[in-house]
Parts: sequence; structure tokens; C-alpha cells
Amino acid sequence: MLIILVKIVLALAWLLTLALLMTWVERKESAVIQDRIGANRASILGLRLFGLFQPIADAIKMVFKEDFEPSFTRRFLHALSPFLSFFCVAVTIAAIPFGPPVRLGGRMITLQVADLDAGLPFVLAMLSLGIYGIVLSGWASNNKFALLGGMRGAAQLFSYEVALGFSLVGLVLVYPSLRMSRIVEFQGGLLLGFLPKWGIVLQPLGFIIFFIAALAETKRVPFDLPEGESEIIGFYAEYSGLKWGLFMLTDFLEVIIVACLAVTFFFGGWQVPWLEPGGFRFPWGGEWVLGGRLVVAFQVLAFHIKIGLFCGFQVLIRWTYPRLRYDQLMDLGWKVLIPLGFFNLLGTGLLVSLWK
Amino acid sequence: MRIWGYLVEIIRGILIIARSFLINMFFHTVAFFGLRPRRPGAVTIQYPEKRKELAGRHRSRHRLTRRENGLPRCVACLLCVTVCPSECIRVEAAEDPDPEIQKRPMRFSIDLGRCCFCGFCVEACPEDAIRMDTGIIELAETRREAFEYGLEDLLR
Repeated sequence: MLIILVKIVLALAWLLTLALLMTWVERKESAVIQDRIGANRASILGLRLFGLFQPIADAIKMVFKEDFEPSFTRRFLHALSPFLSFFCVAVTIAAIPFGPPVRLGGRMITLQVADLDAGLPFVLAMLSLGIYGIVLSGWASNNKFALLGGMRGAAQLFSYEVALGFSLVGLVLVYPSLRMSRIVEFQGGLLLGFLPKWGIVLQPLGFIIFFIAALAETKRVPFDLPEGESEIIGFYAEYSGLKWGLFMLTDFLEVIIVACLAVTFFFGGWQVPWLEPGGFRFPWGGEWVLGGRLVVAFQVLAFHIKIGLFCGFQVLIRWTYPRLRYDQLMDLGWKVLIPLGFFNLLGTGLLVSLWK
Repeated sequence: MRIWGYLVEIIRGILIIARSFLINMFFHTVAFFGLRPRRPGAVTIQYPEKRKELAGRHRSRHRLTRRENGLPRCVACLLCVTVCPSECIRVEAAEDPDPEIQKRPMRFSIDLGRCCFCGFCVEACPEDAIRMDTGIIELAETRREAFEYGLEDLLR
């Protein structure tokens, strides 16, 4: 019980810290792309550290801003929706395995908050529930533009939920279990003796569909119709202060969660190629014996590096593409991704049935 | 098919952005380790610490020049007052004991709150008494009256 509590606290702290870091990464990466420098003035005792304290300054500012509620809103729902949208995303972290089970003080501890039997559907379900936060905020704001944003968000998320589901059904066919830890363990095997059995190798098309659909789920720039900063202010038009900050934070949490999911499903989770519990065993015949603890450290580190790369890649995408038009968005979802998902599912099913 | 062209452009786009990120990041890293990169990673100039060099003919805050004996060169001919399009220069003349000079400014003030930094006063001056080459470009005050620069301020 205590262990579970500690795990929850640690995982949440990890997620929130990473989300704060993401705001910094977003600012800096976009700055470097655009020949700028980016926020670098926030300092503690003259220490600047490339503006690494800027997220803290932003957070402090956000906390002390006035939390203004317009008189025409539904007060309870208005206050509820940011928490709802935050919760539904943050709870997903419970299903992500950070590393292999560790023996600590005579106990096996899984580096995962909850190793659910149905980890994959749980993640999907929670990501879908995130819609409620958006629709509710749009509705409770009692503002035309917020409502427009909320409706757009609902339409977009529902559409891409289908594609997301289809891309993962292919995985379900390939993987032996819906349990996240089992999925990652399975990806530690080798294909043809040298290729790591990662999801990207088994389901390349599935990965592309998953990634595009997941990007749409994050509601960030190429797919930011619910927000649409330049046309409608979006579903959080009537929010200020910390509640608005919570929506912003949710965006970054989603980026991290999508990175986590992409890594867990398609890039081997905490698996390092050719690293077994005893150490590295390379297919070309070399061997590098490592202690058990060191192997775990390697694997956890690998998980973080993969997540970092994916987060960076998502920021890159966000600063490259312009926003899709509404009909283009729907076309991409219903006419491209879902047929591709069908195709992928069909191909996977055929191959799997022929293989067995 | 149009979709293929679209796909190609999508991929090209992200490659271009990634390239510019990597190149800039490379130059940033090189500069961080104290080496001199071929060009800086960003075009930004970190203003209060580093300054851009002003152009040779940049018109900054005015100054009044002096003679060898330290008196202002100005002979209070009022040409600058006449030419000034924003009417921000005020000169009150007084008699100079030197018969060669005859007139000197008793008061000379420029209201920098009105000045449009056109430089006409500098061109009009027959005595080369006023110049705009101080390089002072940070002119901010909290009160309007503080923009009134007098003879002593301008001679400094």
C-alpha cells in the first residue's frame, strides 16, 4: 500500500517536472529553430542556466494571477473542467512501465504504478475521457467562441480516437498481452537473430497512424483547431490564472504521455537493443557483462532518452507545420488514417494467421 | 497524384526545420565551449550586455561643441531654431565681450520629448556648434520636464 502511494507521488512528480521542463524545451527549441535565443533572463542568485528557471517564474506568476470568473459562466462546471482534463491525462502515467522490476530490500518492485491487465485499453479510455474537459469548458464558459472551440475539440478528438484505436488493434494482434509490462518485455526479443522486436519493426504503418492520431489528440499546432489562437481563442477563452495554466499544463502533459505511449508501444519501452539481464550480447558475437543494477539503470536511462527524443520531435513538428483547415482535418482523419488503419489491420491479421 | 506531392513537401518541411535546428544548435554548442564559431547560433544581440555598433552617421543625442578655450562654439544665430521642424530648440542670446564673436547663448535648450532626430540643426549650423554624435540612444525619463536638456547637459 505504502509502496503504491510512494510510486504515485513519484510518478506524478516526474510527470509534472517533465511538463515544466517541456515548456522550457518548447521555448528554447523554437528559438534555436528560428535563429533566436529564447527566454534566458530568469535567474536565481545570478545563476541563469540557459533560462532553466523560467518555468518556475511562469508558474509563480500563474499562481498569483487573478482567477477571474465571468458572471455568465456555470461556476461549478467552469471550475471542474480544467481539473477533469488534467486528471484524465495525468492518470495515464500510472500504466507506463519505467523500467524492469527491481529487487529492493528483498522485495520485487515494479517500476510502474499500476500494472493493469488491460493497460492498453485503459490508456485509450483515459485519453478519450480527456474530451470531457474540453467540451465541458467550452459549454460552461457560456461564450460563443469557447463553445466553438469545445465543439471542434469534440469532433476532432472523436475522429482521431477511431484512428488511434485502429492503429493499436494491429498491435494487439501482434503482442501477446494487453498488459503494458508484458508488451515491453515482449519487445526485448530478437527478430531474425539481430533485429530488436520493437513495435516499429512489426507495425511500421501502425506507428505512422498512431503517431499522427496521437499528435491530433494532443491538440497542438498542426491540429490545434480547438484552440485556434488566431481565429477563435478556443475552449479556454474564459479562463485565467491557474485554471488556464492547468489547460496549458495538460497540453504539455499530453505531449509527454504521447511520447511515453509511442515509446512503450513501438520503441521497446525501457528495452535497450541486445541488452539482457546479464549484460549486452551483440549479434555479431561481442559480449559486455554488466551487473543487475547497472542493467536496470541503463534501461531506465534508455526509456528517458527515447522519451526526450520523442518530445523534441513533437516540438519540432509543432514549429514546422501550419494549422490544418477544418475539412482537411476531417479528411485526414476519416479518409486517410482510418482506411490506412483498416488496411494495416487486414495485413497484420493475414500475416499473423499465416505465421501460426 | 496530388497527395504524393503533399507528402513529399511535408517531409521536406520537417527536414528543413530540423536542419536549421541542428545547424544553429551546433554553433551554439561551439560557442558554449569557448571556441569561435563561423557565425553565431542566433541573430539576437543580448542588448544591455552587448551592444550593436552604431552606424558612423547615426544620429544620437545632441551635444554642443566647445572652442579651444572651453566656451561653447554657438554664436546664437538661431539658424537651428529656424530650421527645426518640431520646434524643440530654444535659444536666448546674450552679448559676448569678444567683438569677433559678438553673441553667445545665454540659454540653450532642446526638448528631446519633441525632437524628431532629423539632424537639420546639425546641417544648418554654420559654426559646427551642434552635433549628434554622442552615441547616447537610451533616452528615457519618467517626467516630461526631464526631457528638457539645457546648456550644461548638452555641453557635457
